[in-house]
Amino acid sequence: MGRMIPLHRLSPGTCAKVRQLTAKGNTRRRMLDLGLICGTRVEALQKSPSGDPVAYEIRGAVIALRSEEASQILVEVL
Amino acid sequence: MPGERMARETYRIDLHEEDLVIALAGNPNTGKSTVFNALTGLNQHTGNWPGKTVTNAHGKFIHRHLSFILFDLPGTYSLFANSVDEEVARDFICSGKPKVTIVVTDATCLERNLNLVLQVMEITEHVVLCVNLLDEAKRKKIQVDLTALSKILGIPVIGTNARDGFGLEALKDAVYQLATGTLQTKPLRISYGEVVEKCIKLLEPGIQGMINDQINSRWAALRLLDGDRDIGDRQIPDTIAAVDQLLLKAHLDQDTLRDHIVTCIVNQAEEIAQKVLSCKKQNYNVMDRRIDSVLTSKVWGIPVMIALLGLVFWITIKGANYPSQALATGLFWLEEKLTQLFMFAGWPDWLHGVLVLGMYRTLAWVISVMLPPMAIFFPLFTLLEDLGYLPRIAFNLDNFFKKACAHGKQALTMCMGFGCNAAGVISCRIIDSPRERLIAIITNNFVPCNGRFPTLIALTTIFIAGGMGGTGQSLVASLIILATIVLGVVITLTVSRILSKTVLQGIPSSFSLELPPYRKPQIGRIIVRSLYDRTLFVLARAIIVAAPAGMITWAFANIYVGNLSVLQHGANLLDPFAHLLGLDGFILMAFILGLPANEIVLPILIMSYMSAGQMIELDSLQALRNLFVANGWTWLTAVCTMLFCLNHYPCGTTLLTIKKETQSTKWTLITFAVTTAVGIILCFVVAQSARLLGLV
Ligand SMILES: Nc1nc2c(ncn2[C@@H]2O[C@H](COP(=O)(O)OP(=O)(O)O)[C@@H](O)[C@H]2O)c(=O)[nH]1
Ligand SMILES: [Mg+2]
Repeated sequence: MGRMIPLHRLSPGTCAKVRQLTAKGNTRRRMLDLGLICGTRVEALQKSPSGDPVAYEIRGAVIALRSEEASQILVEVL
Repeated sequence: MPGERMARETYRIDLHEEDLVIALAGNPNTGKSTVFNALTGLNQHTGNWPGKTVTNAHGKFIHRHLSFILFDLPGTYSLFANSVDEEVARDFICSGKPKVTIVVTDATCLERNLNLVLQVMEITEHVVLCVNLLDEAKRKKIQVDLTALSKILGIPVIGTNARDGFGLEALKDAVYQLATGTLQTKPLRISYGEVVEKCIKLLEPGIQGMINDQINSRWAALRLLDGDRDIGDRQIPDTIAAVDQLLLKAHLDQDTLRDHIVTCIVNQAEEIAQKVLSCKKQNYNVMDRRIDSVLTSKVWGIPVMIALLGLVFWITIKGANYPSQALATGLFWLEEKLTQLFMFAGWPDWLHGVLVLGMYRTLAWVISVMLPPMAIFFPLFTLLEDLGYLPRIAFNLDNFFKKACAHGKQALTMCMGFGCNAAGVISCRIIDSPRERLIAIITNNFVPCNGRFPTLIALTTIFIAGGMGGTGQSLVASLIILATIVLGVVITLTVSRILSKTVLQGIPSSFSLELPPYRKPQIGRIIVRSLYDRTLFVLARAIIVAAPAGMITWAFANIYVGNLSVLQHGANLLDPFAHLLGLDGFILMAFILGLPANEIVLPILIMSYMSAGQMIELDSLQALRNLFVANGWTWLTAVCTMLFCLNHYPCGTTLLTIKKETQSTKWTLITFAVTTAVGIILCFVVAQSARLLGLV
């Protein structure tokens, strides 16, 4: 088992696997729609100029998430 | 379901019996509108950023003597969620009963796209999969085995490159075959595991009774499990109770159940993608990452953004200068000829006044001031749009919007506002949260639309930077315009924050933004498209408003009450107040008369000044400067006019649009009040400070 951290703490250039979504309701739906389920590989790509949001690669697409949302995704660093 | 009614209302059109309804669905930014345009010959807005199709277009095409009506649906990631867009798309496919649904997908991001394909296949059997952007996939060395994909999914799969028209015949053939029933599909069924399948089996018979085969019962059962329980509770309470028992035993509560369903779909999509995608090179988008690491970096992100914008303004101003002069010279030469014609024919003076001095002259100014900057600005902006730069702007600026408790996509709606604030207001539909959407609507006007942008350019060039001449002039002018836009952004953020803390309190809603791959734009097409679709369209609209406005203004300026014209009475009345704002009565009057369209403010002003005495020849921008100076303008007047131009009530069209979009007179009036108040306060502070400091 690797380290478990919330996604917004993943530093750019590193990959991780989604382990748990703590978001509820509509936010959770949106995450699922993007293909963020348990086991999905995520890579943190690039911080925006102010450090938040961060762009992630998720299933071949680049998605920017604010730290509020990313902190509700627990990942295991690869 | 509010969305159902909405879909019906949105799509209320006259269908002929023989018309076959076809829906275009797909993830955002996969080329749906491009396919739509290619098939119907219409001109829906396309561009490389998610969310630009918010209005729903439909168009006709004929293939092998059958007539099809094609509906361009908003892009969605799934059909489960609650946003207005997704409801429209879902309800259209469910209840609109299209004969065939085309799902357009991005070949370079097939796995995620397949998600939606599988969901649509749950609803209807009549699905054609269009794998678009094959050229981009090829460039990235991604290969899609279309035959295998078709076999696995059990539906026709057509590869296309919609922008170049490749594959569209095959797509039409497939649609034709499905619509006429000459081709049967065998859609792949996803299995949701033992428990859920059992529940579906239990529910289906009851549901069939409820919905009379209006929609697919398996899909309805899934939806019922997923949340919309109340319908079932009322109609088939016993079955629901049994189902709940089953779920309870399997420890599936609402959230876990949804996770479970989505997980099944996503896993299925992943499995399929692995089978049909070859050469899945890990680093096919290194180039994009490299570009992003500059364009959105901590150090360069914002400076590059400002520099790019400045460059666009510089090219616009520099390039528009000469054609503007040439147009003015030409059009005023024609005015002289027209005047001669009137004199020669012996037509009455008032007719000459209304038609030539009123209408023609206003039109001449609208055209020579508006056309050149628009003809240059629009293609440049479309270029940035097609490259995929706009979402990067939103990405760079998001944190500012977050601090203002607003939505990051507000930056995208502001970009739309550059073209037209009414369009900007409509584009606010991409923001789901009603609170944040209202903020975006109210503040959209702080971005100068193409009606005000040329006015700003004209004032800057002829007045502020006027004395310099040469390269320096364009440079200074661009910097001033740039500063004006930045000011507009700062005002937007400030007002957004104030609204969030007062009438529209709340915390930022959830936010995710897709940054699409950069795509190679087609320069030739961009120029043609932006000239035809945007420049000429906007110009035509301006002309339609300007013609009567010119006549009315001329009449006001020439109908006398006592020894002053109506216009002058009005100006005198407004003058004391206008003076406080660093303006004069005529300027304020022009803004008031310019309510229908911002394009006509400057021409009205020019005419007011001219009819008030100084009848000089006005065939160059230098002459315009002289006219303003003769009427007492200083640099402060120019600055305050520009400030007021940037910050005042939205034009008539935009106000009507706000009313329609918010369904509320209250918010329309609030927008009117907020924008105007900002202008008044700013102008007042600037004018008074300048005077106090003795700067003028
Ligand atoms: N290279 C390439 N670009 C395309 C193709 N189809 C669409 N585009 C571009 O992709 C962008 C998004 O297309 P659009 O039709 O607006 O997508 P929509 O959001 O699905 O309606 C636009 O900039 C199009 O010019 C294609 O087949 N090849
Ligand atoms: Mg579209």
